[in-house]
Amino acid sequence: MAANGDILTARSVRKEFGGLVAVNDVDFAIPTGSIVSLIGPNGAGKTTFFNMLTGVYKPTAGRILFGATDVTGKPPHAITELGIGRTFQNIRLFEHMTALENVLVGMHSRLSGGIFRSILRTPGLRREEREARDRARELLRYSGLRGRDDELARNLPYGDQRRLEVARALATEPKLVLLDEPTAGMNPQETAAFTDFVSRLRTEQGLSILMIEHDMKVVMGISDRVTVLDYGEKIAEGSPAEVQADERVIEAYLGRGAAA
Amino acid sequence: MSSIPADQPPARRAHPAGDDGAGGGSGGIGRRRVFNPLNVLLVLGLTAAAFLYPYYNEALQAIPLIGDFVPGVGAMVVMLVFTMMAVGLNIVVGYAGLLDLGYVAFYAAGAYMAAWFASQQFEQWRFHFGAVGISPELPGIHLSIWIVLILAGIFTTVVGILIGLPTLRLRGDYLAIVTLGFGEIIPQFVRNGDNIFGFDLTHGTFGISPIDSPGFGALGGGLLPESYQTSFERQSWFFWTALVLLLITIFCSVQLRDSRLGRAWIAIREDETAAAAMGIPLMRTKTWSYAIGAFFGGVAGAFYASFKSGAFPADFYFNISIFLLCMVILGGMGSVWGVIVGGMVLGYLNVEGLSTIGTKLNEAFFDPVFGKQIEVAKYQFGIYGAISVRMMLFRPVGLIPERRRRRELEEGVHDESLYDASSH
Repeated sequence: MAANGDILTARSVRKEFGGLVAVNDVDFAIPTGSIVSLIGPNGAGKTTFFNMLTGVYKPTAGRILFGATDVTGKPPHAITELGIGRTFQNIRLFEHMTALENVLVGMHSRLSGGIFRSILRTPGLRREEREARDRARELLRYSGLRGRDDELARNLPYGDQRRLEVARALATEPKLVLLDEPTAGMNPQETAAFTDFVSRLRTEQGLSILMIEHDMKVVMGISDRVTVLDYGEKIAEGSPAEVQADERVIEAYLGRGAAA
Repeated sequence: MSSIPADQPPARRAHPAGDDGAGGGSGGIGRRRVFNPLNVLLVLGLTAAAFLYPYYNEALQAIPLIGDFVPGVGAMVVMLVFTMMAVGLNIVVGYAGLLDLGYVAFYAAGAYMAAWFASQQFEQWRFHFGAVGISPELPGIHLSIWIVLILAGIFTTVVGILIGLPTLRLRGDYLAIVTLGFGEIIPQFVRNGDNIFGFDLTHGTFGISPIDSPGFGALGGGLLPESYQTSFERQSWFFWTALVLLLITIFCSVQLRDSRLGRAWIAIREDETAAAAMGIPLMRTKTWSYAIGAFFGGVAGAFYASFKSGAFPADFYFNISIFLLCMVILGGMGSVWGVIVGGMVLGYLNVEGLSTIGTKLNEAFFDPVFGKQIEVAKYQFGIYGAISVRMMLFRPVGLIPERRRRRELEEGVHDESLYDASSH
């Protein structure tokens, strides 16, 4: 695949829940190495769209390509294995596991220890586990959780839990990371630091990033491209500046007549 | 709050605990295991004491007052077998959080494997391989019990996978109900399996008996008994074998818990959706826990059948599933050591504890005071039920909680949300 092609492409993706059309034939692409934001009012279908990309939901129609691979309807673990990592809107850490263990779980598909090797603790398996632990500590440090390795996830402060979710997603060795409202509930300083962290993920780790975000400062600050959903339909797409000036977007957020 | 890229200013956080592996609170392989010499001594001491049990058992029973409550070696075998099954069930229920109400199915499958491959059930054939203590002229399939144990384990693993694949898509209550169904189907099948298109597979309600005894034949070299059945220390040999089987089960269980697979099970128990998003294949991982649990259930069943020298459909009631589940709950779901204690305690009560207590109560109280006797053993399920309810109310984490859950109890309060705090 060309270096500047699209890492993810969605073609007329549609999701219906009974009679409700949550996502209505959306075309969408994430250029490799870019930061794309998905915005829209509550209930616009953003998370539903996310869940289709990560395999939680099967699209009613349409296709999703990751690179050149068709991932439509694949189970979540297979999609993660291909290289899409994600966080959740309402934090879903393994609360009673330590921060380190959370990250180790994220490495699941990159480790090979099976039943017999685990029981026998072969030298190869010991090495693999040791390396995994070193890498997990490294990731925790990178995500700003230095020294928190052995704390239970549930006992971490809120901001750290958000960071741990990212660290855990990074542990899956993704090429594309999906962040679902990562700065929700953060104070301005935390948000600024997190924004900085996200752009470092791209520059230092070479990741492509898709995020759902409500904080317009964040969206406008780091996005290369913004897509706006409203009632399941894509109503605008373009650079932050273009989208900000789009009449339909203003209408969707502020109501009819506001754009005039 | 501190900034996110904490690795730029390296010493910003005030957590001296090491990035370099010094902090090792979590379980697992790669971490430097803290071998507390006291713990090692304790485990070794307990194991040694357990192995020597047949030698001081009679001395214990001779102690006045408490001696009557000391289980005999034969009772111990049953307790060990049940504990082994409880430790196996703990892999399913405790680690992976899958409520399995049909574990007895694996126990039955294992027992019938022994009945098929080490008895005269199939008298139309005659095949001997490594069987000890019986005439080589005896009809039927007679494999060495050691081979049968392995075969039983493999067979129940396959049964576990076959049952698991369709059912493990379900969650929570639904899974419990379907496993309950399978737990009922297998004994019914066994009961009616004496005429499958004219073929007698299970000998129906009569069960299959006798089943060959374990033994080492000529391989024992005089040190190990040729056949347990003819050995003067029959009970002791069964006891030692059961103990070895239990130790193997415990070993595998602990090793798996601290492995990649164990972490995946716990992750699934905590949050299936997040686990799947972390690249854990839910079906495969759950099925493995089911299959491994089944393996130990099968081996235990086959061994027990050989000990009792028979497999009878009446032994595989639903009660057994619940009984094993009680052991897991009493000990502490997910905690291997807890489940061992739970298994031994309930196993003891079941095998002879309750009747001993009943006898004593009658002698000391009911007979002289009321002139009547009661049969405590009749109330056994009421008693287990009461124990379970008490545990759930007062100590839901079990006698010896899993480390994870204990931590949760000890330190999991300061970040509790307001809602939880106010709801109590």
